[in-house]
Amino acid sequence: MMDLQIASQISSFLAALVLLTAFGMLVQKRVYGLIHLFAWQGLFLSLNTAVVGFVANKHHLYISSVLTLSLKVVLLPYILHVLINRLKIRKEVETVVNIPMTMMIGIALVIFSYHLTAPIRQLSTLITRSTLAVALATVMLGLLMMITRRHAVTQIIGFLALENGLFFAATSATYGMPLVVELGVALDVLIAAFIFGIFFFHIHTTFDSLDVEQMAKLKEEN
Amino acid sequence: MMDPLNLAGSAIFLLLGMAVLALLLGRRQRLLVVVSFAVSAVASLSATVAGVRVVGWSTTSQAIMSIGLPDLPFHLRLDPLAGFFITVVGILSFVVSIYSIGYVREISKQRPISRLVIFYALFLAGMFMVIIADDALFFLISWELMAAASYFLVLFEDERVENRRAAFLYMVVAHVGALAILLSFGVMSGLATGFEGFHGYTFDAMRQAEFPAVWATAAFLLAFFGFAAKAGVIPLHIWLPEAHPVAPSNISALMSGVMLKTAIYGIVRVTFDLIGVFPWWWGSIVLVFGLISAVMGVLYALMQHDLKRLLAYHSVENIGIILIGIGLSMIFRSFDFPLLSSLALIAGLYHTLNHAIFKGLLFMGAGAVLHASHERNMEEMGGLIHLMPWTAALFLVGSVSIAGLPPFNGFVSEWLTFQAFLLSPSLPSPLMKLLIPLGAALLALTAALAAACFVKAFGVTFLGHWRGHHQPHVQEVDWFMRSGMIIAALLCLALGVLPTVVIDWMDTVPEQLVGSRIGTTAGAFGWMWLTPVAPERASYSGPLVFLVTLSVIVIAYLLLHVRSGSITRVPLWDCGFEKVTPRMQYTATAFAMPIRRIFGFFFHIREQVKMNPQAPHRTVPGRMQYTLRIRDRFWGWLYRPLVDASFWLSRRVGRLQQGRIQAYLIYSFVTIIVLLLFLR
Repeated sequence: MMDLQIASQISSFLAALVLLTAFGMLVQKRVYGLIHLFAWQGLFLSLNTAVVGFVANKHHLYISSVLTLSLKVVLLPYILHVLINRLKIRKEVETVVNIPMTMMIGIALVIFSYHLTAPIRQLSTLITRSTLAVALATVMLGLLMMITRRHAVTQIIGFLALENGLFFAATSATYGMPLVVELGVALDVLIAAFIFGIFFFHIHTTFDSLDVEQMAKLKEEN
Repeated sequence: MMDPLNLAGSAIFLLLGMAVLALLLGRRQRLLVVVSFAVSAVASLSATVAGVRVVGWSTTSQAIMSIGLPDLPFHLRLDPLAGFFITVVGILSFVVSIYSIGYVREISKQRPISRLVIFYALFLAGMFMVIIADDALFFLISWELMAAASYFLVLFEDERVENRRAAFLYMVVAHVGALAILLSFGVMSGLATGFEGFHGYTFDAMRQAEFPAVWATAAFLLAFFGFAAKAGVIPLHIWLPEAHPVAPSNISALMSGVMLKTAIYGIVRVTFDLIGVFPWWWGSIVLVFGLISAVMGVLYALMQHDLKRLLAYHSVENIGIILIGIGLSMIFRSFDFPLLSSLALIAGLYHTLNHAIFKGLLFMGAGAVLHASHERNMEEMGGLIHLMPWTAALFLVGSVSIAGLPPFNGFVSEWLTFQAFLLSPSLPSPLMKLLIPLGAALLALTAALAAACFVKAFGVTFLGHWRGHHQPHVQEVDWFMRSGMIIAALLCLALGVLPTVVIDWMDTVPEQLVGSRIGTTAGAFGWMWLTPVAPERASYSGPLVFLVTLSVIVIAYLLLHVRSGSITRVPLWDCGFEKVTPRMQYTATAFAMPIRRIFGFFFHIREQVKMNPQAPHRTVPGRMQYTLRIRDRFWGWLYRPLVDASFWLSRRVGRLQQGRIQAYLIYSFVTIIVLLLFLR
């Protein structure tokens, strides 16, 4: 039984680290830093999945843990790295809203998530129930990041962070989705990353910048 | 011997395979034309054989194909009703495929035709699939395949704005209709399983379910609206006169001849088969819309000078006549007169078959004229009978058939519809006893106006002299096109001369749907005499009328031609006025003028006469300019406000569009937060 207790503690600790990296990404201004933070978040997520799999004795979670590790810690950061080197993005990421303000909104969102999941935590019997709020908060922070950043690469990192949050929520709410679904989602994310990559090249060649504000030019006049 | 369903299924696979093959043969256009249309003809013929056998033997075969979505396999079924419509589609497709070998070969000299061939095959496959579908999912997939393929066919000559506009309009109406059909199936399948499982999507489940009256009415009205949009029932007909003229003529023949019939099939399938029990007023709705379409359709047709547009409006009219038969059948059935109901249903279905063939023939004839003269406006044509004798004779057969004159097929089905009308006094309600015979009067008016319209169409196009400014080099069309039209003309004759045989064959359809057949009384006096109810009421002998007509023609010909020199050609007597030009011939506008005056309130007419301002005196105007514009009133009444409203609304909604990704993300973020807050 002691084992379970410790595992639950570890799981909570990892959840806290995931949340921390999410906040880190919210304030990080450099693109390289963002990618590193994203890789860290993926690592914590993968570890957490493995721990949950051990505790709940669900072996398919190990597979998804390995999948997360290879995809979100190795492959996607590598792709993004290549992309940034190719497009020669060196400059700092500009934000729409200033950073302290973003932090405040982020904190409000975390509180809101805890408030939302409170009834679920009372109903659920899973050991991971306390991490559900963190998962929801990660989703919202990812979305917030997409809203507050203007650079296309940060938009995709925000999107991937959001997906991390969804995956986390699946693990903590129901011990993960069926393996088929998870494989499908992983494939989707990978393809999404490729498509984003292609789009970046096009946006870059068209507007000579990756600032999504430029795309407002595409709107027709009326 | 193959099972009919297998035969029909292999025809469909053949067509789908043809569409794929056409992609590979794209470089060899001339070969592609011959191969693809020959394959289409074979596929259509085998489907026809399957249909004829199913109807003749009154068998029903079913199959389940586990492709498509998991756990939702496709159900197929070929019963007499489906078999009848397969036959209708198959016969005309066969004829048109032969015609197309010649027609498309001519087109291929000017532009690549791979697209035409591919969508032609998909279009035919879609129509066959719609008919053999036995679940809502497969039905709708096939329906959309048919709609999408025909959209691209209408769009074939896409460099002209007019064509793109017509195709778009067609697409919009088709989709609004498809939406209504989807909702109708949704209502029925939901009620069949109590909104719990998906298994109500099969037609079998819908057949067995008993629907509450209100929901059954909703399902019927939605289905009728949806199918009416496809069939071109007034006031949903606006796409028809736009799309038919711009499509290639072989496609117009198929769209008008058989695609509209799939909508008739849908109406019959949903009301008689799936819902099964219905009150009398459903039938009267169908009847009233049928009457409106018939009368208005022919009136609009009379005002047209574009040959294909005129034919398109005639499709509206004929769909109206078919719906009259079906509406009467529904009324009789709800009052429990199975014999009368089957008579009216036979009348409607017989007209479906006839219209497919004669309208196909007419569109093919119009295509031949168009192809030879490069002219669509008949005010510019004339005298083509001398240059294209075959086409003229075959077009005349089509005209006589559509005008409802014996011994051709149009007469038989319209006559049967009249018989059904005249039997309506046996209905119990006194109001209906009075009102329904009035419909017969309208139908008679329609038939007369249709005859007038084809006197105009044939007379102005083929008789007299060429009216255009410079006479083009007109040639008779090739043998492929001619033989397509000849087969259709012979079918028109056969269906008109031997109605007893045909009715005996298709009697299994009303037997399946209303539980009664008319063959026992209709064919009581052998194949010579058609006696729908009783011989003392009414009887018609196709063979006899044919023989009398033929002998009169032969005698007249002999009397005129037996002595050589009895016919001499002399210059036209010009009343002493020496400068008679072809422009002085009777025109189509002039021919339609009396009818335009009488029924003027149905149209939006703008007529202007401009005198030459420099004329010395009013009596010597020198030059005059006459302009006449006639438009459908429905566009202004019904569609203009609708279009304006939707544009206004979309401009309002368009303000949400900022063009900034952040703004869009904020929309979804706020939506999520609000939903989480209020609906948790």
